[in-house]
Order: sequence, then structure tokens, then C-alpha cells
Amino acid sequence: MKSSVITFPGSNCDRDMDVALKKFGFNNKMVWHDNNELPKSDLVVLPGGFSYGDYLRCGSMASKSRIMQSVINFAKSGGLVMGICNGFQILVETGLVPGVLLRNKYLEFICKNVFVKLDNKENTYFKNLNKDVLEFHIAHNEGNYFCTKDQLKEIKDNNQIAIYYCNKEGKIEDQYNPNGSIKNIAGIFNKEKNVLGMMPHPERMIDQSLSGEDGSIFFKNLINNIK
Amino acid sequence: MKVSAIITLKKDVLDPQGKVIHQALDGMGFENISEVRQGKYFEIDVNENDPSKAKAVVEDMCKKLLANLVIENFKIIETQ
Repeated sequence: MKSSVITFPGSNCDRDMDVALKKFGFNNKMVWHDNNELPKSDLVVLPGGFSYGDYLRCGSMASKSRIMQSVINFAKSGGLVMGICNGFQILVETGLVPGVLLRNKYLEFICKNVFVKLDNKENTYFKNLNKDVLEFHIAHNEGNYFCTKDQLKEIKDNNQIAIYYCNKEGKIEDQYNPNGSIKNIAGIFNKEKNVLGMMPHPERMIDQSLSGEDGSIFFKNLINNIK
Repeated sequence: MKVSAIITLKKDVLDPQGKVIHQALDGMGFENISEVRQGKYFEIDVNENDPSKAKAVVEDMCKKLLANLVIENFKIIETQ
């Protein structure tokens, strides 16, 4: 299975993602943002970081960079595109997934482990996962998911909410919402479910001795679903 | 021709930075404030002599990059 990780100026989770994808069997290529063409890929990942120094709005400059037109075309033709953290911010700026990510409600950078509950397994990312609650890591300043009332109705009607912040038991309550996101939303799909944007970092949870294995579970399952 | 654009958050979007600034101002003795909203201001020098054309270009910029219309409004406020 072939994957591509796009590196923007200021990306800093691109190599972590490369390590994670290779560990679970992807033949991964790193792609510089200034390229026009995407290598043949089964999965494209927009990694975390601070592309373009978060200038203007997080992800806004990266969403207009040269490679993104190919990524948008790839997504529109049904290709799998996953945006993590800053990658999620880039995805909302392209309009591939609805909504926007605002500054965290309490104006603090949050760096900690969180639990997320999967809402919908009818998609390539979560199909066949035998867990409903996963422990991932978040590290962001702008992860406060916001959308209009009309958009919220639409994403609910289309089952586009991918994951919610919750507790260990999977309870979705305000007290487990780290950043003020509407409805505890931590990740969103596009309508067709081939594009996934989420704030948590599965690539940081792939080593039992360092972090825990929920990222490993996610990536193993993902490559099996793509095969 | 210089064209300016102001980007502001829409009414129903929470503005935590504006709130903190409001609290700080309040603490400094500026008590007669009901709300503070923070926005962005751009001055763009467009190579165009026709004011309406220059404004139209900046409007296009606002729609495509400078503002995110999910959460922000823009206003083109002056030309020189």
C-alpha cells in the first residue's frame, strides 16, 4: 500500500507520521508542498505542525500551496486523505471538510492524552475496529471545532462526525471537552467519508513503552481496510 | 491604489481573545465597555487606478483567502 505525507514549511509531525505508516506496512513517500504532482497513493496524509507559522489563520496558507490542488483532485476522485491536527486545519481551509477550527476556548495550548469515541464505523478508517474508545494524544492551540447551525445539522444527518472527546468509558460530556469544540467533536469526515480530519495524533501512540498502542490498532486496521 | 479591508468575527462566533482584552481593559479602569471583538486589518496596494476595480480585486481576495466566511465577515473600508 502506498502513502504520501505532505511536508509544508513548518510541518513538524511529518516524520513521526512517516515512521508510523512504515511501521505498519505502508510504502510511504514524503512530498514537498511545492510539487505539482502527487505520487501514486492509496492514502495521502496532511501532518501536524505549524505550517507557514500559522500566519493569517492556521492552515490557510498551506491550503493554497501548489500540491494542494492535486490533493483536492485526489480527494474529489474518492482518494483517502487524512489530516491530523494542522492537517485538519488545512482540510477545513480547503473546504474538503466542513467547519473551522478556532482558538481553544480557554486560550491555552493543550498537550495531553485524551480519549475519543468513534461515532461511525461505516468507513475505511474505522471499519472492523474492535474498540469504540481510543486513547490518542492532542497538542494544539486551535482545535476548537466550530460550524454553523445549518452545517451541524448537515454533518449530523450525513453521519460525518468521526470522533468525539470522551472519558475512558466513552462518555461524551462537557467536562471531557478539552478545547470547547461544538458537541465535543474531535474529528470530521467529508460526506463521502474518504476524507478525515481530526485533531488527535494517532502517530504518537504506536509504541507500547512510550505511549500506548491505540495508534498501532488504528494504523494496522487502516492498512487492512485499504488492502 | 491603496485599499483596506477589515475582517471581523461573525456575531455568534465566540471570541475568547476579545473577552480577555475586555477583562484587561475593565481591570485598567475602562469600565464603560459592553463588548470587545478582535479582528484583522489589511492595507493592500493594488496596481489599479480605477477604485471600483481595485475594490473588486480586494473583495475577491477576502473571499478566497483573507477571510474565512464560515466565521468571519469582511468590509472594504476605504480607498486612497
